[in-house]
Amino acid sequence: MKRLMVALSACLALAACGRHDGVWRTDNIDGLMPTLEFSLIDDTGRPVSAQDYRGKTVLLYFGYTSCPDECPTTLSKLALALKQAKDHGAGDVVLFVTVDPQRDSAGRLYAYTRAFGPQFVGLRGTPQELTALSKRYRITYSYGKPDKNGDYEVMHSTGVFVFDGTGRSRLLVLPEDPADAIAADLDRLAG
Amino acid sequence: MPVQHDVRALLAFLAPWEFSPAALALCAGAVLLYARGVARMPVAERPGVGRRLAFVGGWALVYFVMQTRWDYWSQHMFFIHRIQHLVLHHLGPFLVALARPLPALARGLPDGMDARVLRPLGHSRPLRLAYRALQNAIVAPVLFVGLIFFWLTPPIHFDAMLNARLYLVMNWSMLLDGLLFWALMLDPRTRSQGALIGFGPRIFLLLGAVLPQIYIGARIGLATHELFNVYSVCGRAWPISPLEDQSLGGLVTWIPAGMMHTLGVLVLLARWMRADNEAHVRAAAVRG
Repeated sequence: MKRLMVALSACLALAACGRHDGVWRTDNIDGLMPTLEFSLIDDTGRPVSAQDYRGKTVLLYFGYTSCPDECPTTLSKLALALKQAKDHGAGDVVLFVTVDPQRDSAGRLYAYTRAFGPQFVGLRGTPQELTALSKRYRITYSYGKPDKNGDYEVMHSTGVFVFDGTGRSRLLVLPEDPADAIAADLDRLAG
Repeated sequence: MPVQHDVRALLAFLAPWEFSPAALALCAGAVLLYARGVARMPVAERPGVGRRLAFVGGWALVYFVMQTRWDYWSQHMFFIHRIQHLVLHHLGPFLVALARPLPALARGLPDGMDARVLRPLGHSRPLRLAYRALQNAIVAPVLFVGLIFFWLTPPIHFDAMLNARLYLVMNWSMLLDGLLFWALMLDPRTRSQGALIGFGPRIFLLLGAVLPQIYIGARIGLATHELFNVYSVCGRAWPISPLEDQSLGGLVTWIPAGMMHTLGVLVLLARWMRADNEAHVRAAAVRG
């Protein structure tokens, strides 16, 4: 029994170290999630679907423009990674899906996302479309209580899902992953 | 208006989050078969209200955690997920086995099916060998505890929470193993009456299987760093700190699971005493 316990704790300890496989520097989730599919409205008011981004490496992230810390931190890290990547990430696009479509108008999304770079695109949808998308990628979000000014926080996912040019899920970028690791993986993905 | 709103909210809560025909078929099928069997039994042989409640309650709980909004919470909150597994692996199957439902279920089958299909299946050698290979004093507890450890290995847990198919494999493996384990453990028969393991060894196994569960529950509950980051990566269903969520989840894995085993031992002691008494009564009758 004691040996079993030791083996099991070793198993837990090893497992806690992460799932990097020596090739990729961010989490390899090859084929673990469904192919990239959605139909939403982009920040210029144009209806878009996943097909419009085939051929590009897509970095999918959920957030909102009033986000105090996590979203700007993540987006600026992605911007830095794209700058470090080959051709300044010309073949990459960051899709920023707002989980707060009530406050995030198309104009507001446009101004917010472009501030990080030309590859950043804001997307919004009806609550139903948003629910369908979040269910597909098994993420969720919840709204905090509004303060006296009507401002509220939104709790949301922190991971960035990366899809290759065919829409296949490939990588998951976590908040602790540094920009150079992301850049290296984007280069590897582009081949 | 508020009442209407509440009703709508309740219906939305009860509607399947990700509809599974298999879960519906299993839970509803078991209850319907049982109800038919009870109705067709002679009144004197029918199980009492307690046993009926245990059977229906067990399946209702299993359905509830697999098919309502509870399933959504389980995907996005570690401690709710632990409660889901407590029901799938411990409480639901425990209640079903407690009800000793086999006579009623067999009676519920269409006439002749018992003799034509089930008995030949029961006598088929490969099936019996497979059943014996799983249902013995070594494999059953190792599988029972091993599955808990397996799905709580952080990278495996991570994948199971991201991949819809793996998630289903995880939940179904817990449910099916729970049914096998508790059916074996709570068998009302003595060894000589046909139980695969005697009452004494079963009590020993039930108590032994608690230790690794205390270990993993405590390890998770008392950990000071995040072991299961998938809930942060994908978002939590409501605001709660990751460590708070993890500690609660560890406690659920540790304490109620242990309690179920203690309850199991009490049930076994009661069943053992009853089987013993019956043997004495029969012996006295033979002598008399």
